[in-house]
Amino acid sequence: MSSVSLAATPSASMLLVGQVRRDLKIAMRSPGDLANPLMFYALAVALFPLGVGPSPERLAELAPGVLWVLALLATLLGLETLFRRDFEEGTLEQLALHAQPLFVGVLAKIGAHWLVTGLPLVLFAPIAALMLNLPMQALDTLMITLLLGTPILSVLGAVGAALTVSLRRSSLLLALIVLPLYVPVLILGAGAVAAVVDGVDSTAQVAWLAALCALALTLAPFGAAAGLRVGLD
Amino acid sequence: MASLKEWWHRLGSPRTFYAIAQRAGPWFTGLGVAAIVVALTWGLAFAPPDYQQGNSFRIMYLHVPTAILAQSVYMMLGAAGLVLLVWRMKLADMVIVAAAPFGMSMTALALVTGAIWGKPTWGAWWVWDARTTSMLVQLFLYFGLIALRQAIPREETAGRACAILAVVGTVNIPIIKYSVDWWLTLHQPSTFTLTAAPSMPPEMYLPLLVSVLGFYALFAGLVFARTSNVILDRERSTAWVRALVREQTS
Repeated sequence: MSSVSLAATPSASMLLVGQVRRDLKIAMRSPGDLANPLMFYALAVALFPLGVGPSPERLAELAPGVLWVLALLATLLGLETLFRRDFEEGTLEQLALHAQPLFVGVLAKIGAHWLVTGLPLVLFAPIAALMLNLPMQALDTLMITLLLGTPILSVLGAVGAALTVSLRRSSLLLALIVLPLYVPVLILGAGAVAAVVDGVDSTAQVAWLAALCALALTLAPFGAAAGLRVGLD
Repeated sequence: MASLKEWWHRLGSPRTFYAIAQRAGPWFTGLGVAAIVVALTWGLAFAPPDYQQGNSFRIMYLHVPTAILAQSVYMMLGAAGLVLLVWRMKLADMVIVAAAPFGMSMTALALVTGAIWGKPTWGAWWVWDARTTSMLVQLFLYFGLIALRQAIPREETAGRACAILAVVGTVNIPIIKYSVDWWLTLHQPSTFTLTAAPSMPPEMYLPLLVSVLGFYALFAGLVFARTSNVILDRERSTAWVRALVREQTS
């Protein structure tokens, strides 16, 4: 066996890129699952005019909050499966045994998850804004806040997904754990958009969101990694 | 330094903690109940009425302590969670199990008493102001923690998962508080601050102070009692628990 040379340990960036690629490839193979959160978002947006009436003024008034609340719920939909498949087939165990720290792999998985759920929401935002008659001057703020906010939703959600990874039916529990943690993002995101609609400067909220995004991206992967280790025990 | 470390490890042993809890618990409970009875009688019957709110302010003697406890119990859960994760001290998990329901009921009580006070003062049972809202979020944080605990069948796994969630929640609480404060504020500023003299006359704030201390003592007493029960349940196969049970049942 001495002739078998140990493969060189991949660097953290190699692991990061490789993991993202793998997860994206898997996601592309089931386009149905890929589209589900987005379809949910579009459908739920369409329900609001049916519920509150088609009056453009009223819709415009509700739009910032509705668009943000639905972004929270749409993110929640895909979370349960974030680690589930890898947990069941054993890939997650390999990731935990990897020479690189577990949070690197976790961060890669979260990144891939965001690329297939968070980013489409950001890109779909103009159409959703149009459906709810959001004033056009607030559109760029909506997209910027979603761009800064959805990564926070993904990493915080990953902590919840990690803690419930070993449970069979966890979607309700996951919502209960994660949604209270989403409150600041909702307040800042919807607040920024509403401020622009009212003609007030929204720099403060956007700056806070950016700060929270940096904080969450640095700290939450450790929490998710610790949660996964508990689940793997 | 060495003795401090030794003390820490001895405290972490369920058996030592049980002995301490058995001795100290009843004192704390008794002291807490006595202080709360004194404070409520004093506050409800003898303190002067408020010049603006009349008698309705008196619910403060129940509302403020429960609200303070609701927050500090969660902070304690976070601290216990950190202890469990860093030192793997299983006692910390037992304390979390014992204290979380108490914190949840304090949060619920703070919300209910706040609503009862809000009706005559603000004219509505529920107003979405900053502090009622962060208290509501706090209640959901307790719900999530307790639900996670109950969902995971294995005791040890459940304990560590809850510890992580408690730490994450504790880190988030200030962020939630500030964001909600930003969102809207109608509420009275905090009743007690450590840096400024209270804006109330002493005959109004002294009963409140006694009440807050009484609630803390009651909390300590109940945590000692409940943790003792958890210890007996989890350590039931150990020699010392068996000996104890034999001694008490014979």
